[in-house]
Amino acid sequence: MNALDYIILVGTMLAIATHAIWSTRGPRDLNRYLKGACGTRWLTIGLSVMATQASAITFLSTPGQGYESGLGFVQNYFGAPLALIVIAVVFLPIYSRLKVYTAYEYLGHRFDPKTRLLGAGLFLLQRGLGAGITIYAPAIVLSTVMGWRLDVTIVASGLLVVAYTVAGGCDAVNLTHKFQMGVIFAGMVAAFVVLLARLPAGLTFSDTLTLAGGFHKLQAVDLSLDPDRRYTLWSGLLGGMFLALSYFGTDQSQVQRYLSGGSVRESRLGLMFNAVFKIPLQFFILLLGVLIFVFYQFERPPVYFNKAAWNSETSRVAPGRLAALEGAFTGAHTAERAQLEAWIKARHAGDPAAESAARTAALAAYGRVASIRAETKSVLDAANPGARANDTDYVFITFILDHVPHGFIGLLVTAFFCAALSSKAGELNALGSTTTIDVYRHLVKRDASDAHYVVASKCFTAFWGLVAIGFALFANLTENLIQAVNILGSVFYGVVLGLFLTAFFLKRVCGTAVFWSALAAQALVFALYFSLSISYLWYNVIGCAACMAFSLLLQTAIELGHRGQQTT
Amino acid sequence: MTEPDKDDSTGLPWPRRWAGVYGLVLVVFVAWVVLLAVLTRMFS
Repeated sequence: MNALDYIILVGTMLAIATHAIWSTRGPRDLNRYLKGACGTRWLTIGLSVMATQASAITFLSTPGQGYESGLGFVQNYFGAPLALIVIAVVFLPIYSRLKVYTAYEYLGHRFDPKTRLLGAGLFLLQRGLGAGITIYAPAIVLSTVMGWRLDVTIVASGLLVVAYTVAGGCDAVNLTHKFQMGVIFAGMVAAFVVLLARLPAGLTFSDTLTLAGGFHKLQAVDLSLDPDRRYTLWSGLLGGMFLALSYFGTDQSQVQRYLSGGSVRESRLGLMFNAVFKIPLQFFILLLGVLIFVFYQFERPPVYFNKAAWNSETSRVAPGRLAALEGAFTGAHTAERAQLEAWIKARHAGDPAAESAARTAALAAYGRVASIRAETKSVLDAANPGARANDTDYVFITFILDHVPHGFIGLLVTAFFCAALSSKAGELNALGSTTTIDVYRHLVKRDASDAHYVVASKCFTAFWGLVAIGFALFANLTENLIQAVNILGSVFYGVVLGLFLTAFFLKRVCGTAVFWSALAAQALVFALYFSLSISYLWYNVIGCAACMAFSLLLQTAIELGHRGQQTT
Repeated sequence: MTEPDKDDSTGLPWPRRWAGVYGLVLVVFVAWVVLLAVLTRMFS
């Protein structure tokens, strides 16, 4: 990055934060602080919902997934439109009618205080941990490739988001989300245009897709019924719908976004905006990764994309081992490129037999490239047994730094930070609200003034911000980052959704039955998570179904017990 | 959030009813899945 890139990065980040703090200055009551101006329009709600979900992990890690595994991950989002419709029809009118600040208040209305606390507690536990990951994930990748100090990156970005979220509450979060999404969209479009311009001359878009398809990168829909496969149409539709139902319908970081709407109409339209654009957005980001894959078949990529890890591990590996692998990789890549050019030439000549032969040769050549890359990873693993060599999170940022012109680099790095701060702000806003309303006002201080709760909410928001920064400073994550967040969510989300669906649809179930059933269902999900190897999306279905089924059974047992006592 | 909307009107020129909005969203969703399935089949 040069001076221009840094000016774009620092200038944009500070301008957005300052604008948010300035625009939301002055005293505000609790309703305004937690729910915003209550006149928020649907586009702002839609962008805010999108910005809260789309973290920097989405934009750093997802193209890496596209590069490594193709478009299959898009199926993860197939359940989202269906879930958003259910939320608009069922969840939203109930929250609106009860005028709740948090989703867990509804559980208190419907069941009892302990069930409300359980819902809020699961949210605080899960989202509190997730908040650390959302701040750590971009910081570790960006600081590694930029050579920045990790602790400084975490603390600087963390304090900036804490500052405007604490100062302006929900209004500041919604306002910054709009600008941040603008920067993110601009960055992604810029990356796409630069990428297309960087593809070899003579390679049409159709050729690019043909090559990507030849390497099995365009398998967006997998009809397999194998439950061990992480992403299939069925796991995406069913597991993805339950994950989306739980996340958009019961996670306060999302509920707070659409409760700030001027009316149910505005909130509904904001949700439908996401139902329409969620899949295309994820497809577009994955396609970026696939195009980067094709680009790197013609331009030699690094053997291992995390260059900092590569350099630091050199001293641990036997002398000359990595250099030998790098040499072999260069040779294999050059051979593969020649085969690819023959494939394209045969394709343009309209010679199917030659095209088929060239394709087979190109795939074999790619097999050698891939095996050298795999061998390199296993050598790095052996050299540092504590860490799993996984460089997919570094693919997109490596492409940006090596092949994108200055100015655009600044724009894209700014987009990553905007994404990091946007999801972080939504989370902190929700963590502060839930702690204030469901814990502090409910258990500690019931009859204080509005001003007191606003100050308390600011303090709790700052507290969670500092917890997230602390977690990020001491975290050591090796799994692919976006999957780590989704897995963490899936372990908890199913049971929380079960609480809400029981509340909505199983009218005869009381608080005691659902409370103990939720605890039993959570224990079951933990036990299954550590003993099975099924796609993590299924835990959303299992947790929800177990919670509802246990609730019905326990409620029946309680009723039978009461009848037995009455007859005796 | 202000008072819940009392009627089924979307306030849009089209679709005027919420059922229409949900139907439209479903059509877009199905179209995306079909397009992605076609992409998978064309380039596999």
